[in-house]
Amino acid sequence: MTERYDVLVVGAGPAGLAAAKAAASHGARVGVLDAQPRAGGQVWRHDVRHAPARAARKAMSALDGVDWLVGHQVVATGQQRLLVEANGKPVSLDYGSLVLATGARELLLPFPGWTLPGVTGAGGLQSLVKQGWPIAGKRVVVAGSGPLLLAAAASLRRHGAQVLGIYEQASSQSIHAFARQLLRWPGRAIQAAKLRAQLAGVPYHFGSWASVARGGDRLRTIELHGPHGTQTIACDHLAVGYGLVPNTELASLLGCALGGHGKHPQVRVDELMHTSVDQVYAAGEACGIGGLATARIEGRIAGLAATGIDAEARTLMTRRGHERRFAALLQQHFSLNPQLYQLATPETLICRCEDVPLSALDDFADAREAKLATRCGMGACQGRICGTALNELGRFPRESPRSPIFPARLATLASADSSHSDLDRGL
Amino acid sequence: MSTPCFDLIVIGAGIVGASCAAAAADAGLRVAIVEPGPIGGGVTAAGMGHLVAMVGNPAELALAQYSLGFWDNWADRPEAEFGRCGTLWVARGETDAASLATQVQRLRDAGISAETVDATGLYQLEPELAPGLYGGMLVPHDAVVYAPRVTRALVQDAQARGAQLFSGRSAKKLAPRQVILDDGSRLSGPVLVATGNALAELLPQLPLRQRKGHLLITDRYPGWLRHQVLEMGYADSAHGDADSSVAFNVQPRPTGQLLIGSSREFSATDSAVSPTMLRRMLERAFDYMPGLRDLQALRSWTGFRPCTPDGLPYLGAVPELPDVWVAAGHEGLGVTTAPGSALLLLDLILQRTPAIDPTPYAPSRVAA
Amino acid sequence: MTAEQVRLMINGHAVDAPIGASVAAAIAMLDVHVRRSPSGERRAPLCGMGVCFECRVRIDGIAQQRACMVEAREGMQVRTDD
Repeated sequence: MTERYDVLVVGAGPAGLAAAKAAASHGARVGVLDAQPRAGGQVWRHDVRHAPARAARKAMSALDGVDWLVGHQVVATGQQRLLVEANGKPVSLDYGSLVLATGARELLLPFPGWTLPGVTGAGGLQSLVKQGWPIAGKRVVVAGSGPLLLAAAASLRRHGAQVLGIYEQASSQSIHAFARQLLRWPGRAIQAAKLRAQLAGVPYHFGSWASVARGGDRLRTIELHGPHGTQTIACDHLAVGYGLVPNTELASLLGCALGGHGKHPQVRVDELMHTSVDQVYAAGEACGIGGLATARIEGRIAGLAATGIDAEARTLMTRRGHERRFAALLQQHFSLNPQLYQLATPETLICRCEDVPLSALDDFADAREAKLATRCGMGACQGRICGTALNELGRFPRESPRSPIFPARLATLASADSSHSDLDRGL
Repeated sequence: MSTPCFDLIVIGAGIVGASCAAAAADAGLRVAIVEPGPIGGGVTAAGMGHLVAMVGNPAELALAQYSLGFWDNWADRPEAEFGRCGTLWVARGETDAASLATQVQRLRDAGISAETVDATGLYQLEPELAPGLYGGMLVPHDAVVYAPRVTRALVQDAQARGAQLFSGRSAKKLAPRQVILDDGSRLSGPVLVATGNALAELLPQLPLRQRKGHLLITDRYPGWLRHQVLEMGYADSAHGDADSSVAFNVQPRPTGQLLIGSSREFSATDSAVSPTMLRRMLERAFDYMPGLRDLQALRSWTGFRPCTPDGLPYLGAVPELPDVWVAAGHEGLGVTTAPGSALLLLDLILQRTPAIDPTPYAPSRVAA
Repeated sequence: MTAEQVRLMINGHAVDAPIGASVAAAIAMLDVHVRRSPSGERRAPLCGMGVCFECRVRIDGIAQQRACMVEAREGMQVRTDD
C-alpha cells in the first residue's frame, strides 16, 4: 500500500504539528505520522484524566489536507519514501519533502537497582501516568536533572501522587542562575512559576541525586545523596531522568549530517531548518534540546520551507534564533556532575535487554568488539538505552543505525523492494 | 633490535586462524597471532555458527565429519553457547524427496547419524512448518555455537600456552621466513595465512571470490523452533554457481531468538543489506514456515563467504613459497570445519601422517 | 464496561481501564510485573514512550508488543511474563 504526500511529517508532537499546519495552510497535501496511538508527542501527550492544554488542542484541531497517521512506526527508508508499519501492516509513504520532528528521549543512567520495577524515567513516569497508570496515593521521588523534573512532578501530583521531593543534581547556584536568565524568555518564566506554585510544599533539593535503589521484586527504598550527606527513604516509585537526548536515528539513516557541541548527536539544520539532505527538514528537539517554544516555531519554519514558502519562513528566523538560544542555557546550567557516572558498580547492568553488566565491557576498547563478545546493544531496544548511556559515560560513541530502525514484523521487511534501498554506509 | 622468532605465525584470528593457533600452541609450538580488528570480527561474526554435516561434496563432508568430532569438546564450555538442536532437512515435493534415502545413507556411510522423517514426523518435530510438505531428514547430532566467543576463547587458550597476540596489527608483506607488519616491524618464522576474505592481499595466486549472504535475527520466542531447519535445496545453493540464490534456513539460538537465512550472491560487492535480496530470502522462509511473518525482526546484516573455485578450502603448503601455509576459503562451512582444518594443517606442518586425505584441499590444485 | 471504560483480560483476569489508557497502565492496575529479563529479573516499563522495550507483552496472541504503545481495547487478551 502506497500513499503520496507533498509534505510528510514524522512526529506528531509540537514541532510536527506546527509543521503540518504551516504546510497544509499553504495547500500542501500533508501526512503526519507518529508511532504513538495518538497525536501530541511527549509534552502534549494525551492524558486519560485531564483535558489537553489549549495550545495542544489548537495544534491538533483537524486541518484540511492533513492525514493523521498515528500508530505508524517508521522501519526503513527508500528513495523519497518511508517504509512504515501500521497495525502490523506495511505501508509505503512517498513524499515530496520530509520534516523530521522526531523529538527526544530521556537520558537514563545506570545505577545500582535501576532495573527494579518501580524505577522509571521522570518523563517516563509522567507518560505512563498520562496513559492511565494508577499513581494516586503512591509515594514518588522525582530525581535527575532538568526543567522536565518540575513538569513531571507537577503532572504526577495532579494525578494524586504523593511527591516526596524533587532531587536535582545541578547545584543551587546553577539553578538560581538559570532562573534569573529565564526572565529573557517571559513565556517560559511564567510557565516555571506556575509549576512551582503547583508544587508548593514539595521539597526541591539541589546538588542531589538517587544513588541506589533497593527492593526484592520491586522498589522499596532509595538512597539519596546530597550536600548534607546520604539518606534512605521509602517510596513506591523513583522517577529519574537526566535530561533529554535527540532522537536522530531516522535522520542518520537518511544520511543527514549530525553535529552539535554536546555528547549526543543532533540533526544539523540551516536557518530554514533544512538538513544536509535534499528535501529533508528537521525541527524541534531532534535538532538539539530547546523546549516547547523552540519546537513550535521551528516546526512552523520547517513546514513553510518544505512547502517552498521560504519568504514567510524567513520572517520567523529572528524569533527562532531567540528561542534556540534557550537550548544553550539548558546545556550550561544543567550539565551533569561527573559523580553521576560513578554510581554504577561493576555488577550494575548496562544493557537491560541482554542483561550485560558494566564489568563485562572492561576488556574492550571498541564498541563493536564489546557488542560481539557480550551482546551489549543486541537486544530489542537496538542499543537506544545502553548506547545512549555509554555515550554519556564516555565509554563508546553511538553507532550508526541500520534498518529496521525499530523492530518490525518480518512480513513488513519482506514487503520492501529495491525502492527501499537504504543509504547504508558500510559495516 | 632482534626480530621476534616463532615456530608459527598465524595471520588472522577468525575462527579458522584462532583454531590453528590454539592447536599449534597446544602442540608446543611458539605461536604468534596477528589480527588487525576484533577477534572473530570478520565473517566469523557474520555467520550462523551452524555445525552441519552436508551431503553433496565428499571431500567437504569428510572435513566436516572430522571436525564435528572435535566440536563435541565444546558442548560444555560456556563460551560456545552450544546448542545441540540437530538439523532438520525439509523436502517439499517429489524431487526433493527422491534424494532423501540416498542422503541419509551417505551421511551414515560417513559415520554421521541420520534418519528419514515422514510427513507426520516432520510436523511433530516442527509444528510451525507449512502444511503439505513431503518429509525430511533429521541429523540429530548437528549443533549451533556462538562463533565470536568461541574464537576469543581459542585465542585465550593459545595465549595460556604461550602464544603472543599482536592485536591491532595487520600483515602487509610476506618475506622469506618473515612477515612484515603494518607498523614496519617484522616477525620471523613459518607463516600460516588464515585471513579469509583478505586472502588476495598476501596470496593473490590463490583465487578467491566473496559470496555475499544475508541474515536476520528476531526477538525472543522460546520454544517456537527446536531444530535448525533447512530446505533440501540449501546444499544446491551452496554448491552451485548461480549468481544469486536464496535457500531457506532458520536456526533457534539458545537465547530463544530465531536466526533466518540464507542468500548467496557473487556479484554484490557492497555490504549494505539489499531489500530485494532480503525480500526473496524472507518470502522463501515464509513458504516453509508461514508463522515467521508475525515475528519481530530486530536486525539484519550481511557477510561475505570466502569462496574458492571448487568450493573446498585451501589447506596446506602454498606452492613455491617455502614455510608459507594457508587455511582459508571455507565458504559457508568455516565454523563447522575450523577444528579439522587446524588439525590437518598441524599434521602437514609437523610432517605427521594426516588424519584425513589432504589432497582435495591442497593449494597446489589451482595450478592444475 | 461503562461508556468511558474498556474491559480487557490480563492473564485471565478482567481489568477495567479508562478509554485511551495503555495496556501498560492496565497491567499496572492489576499489579503484576510485565516481563522477565533473560536472566529472570522482573521488569516493568522504564521509559513510557516505546524506546526501552521493557514493557513487552503478548496481546491477542501476538508476542513482543510494547504495552505502552498500545491502547487497551474492549475484549483484548493480554498475557504478561510470557
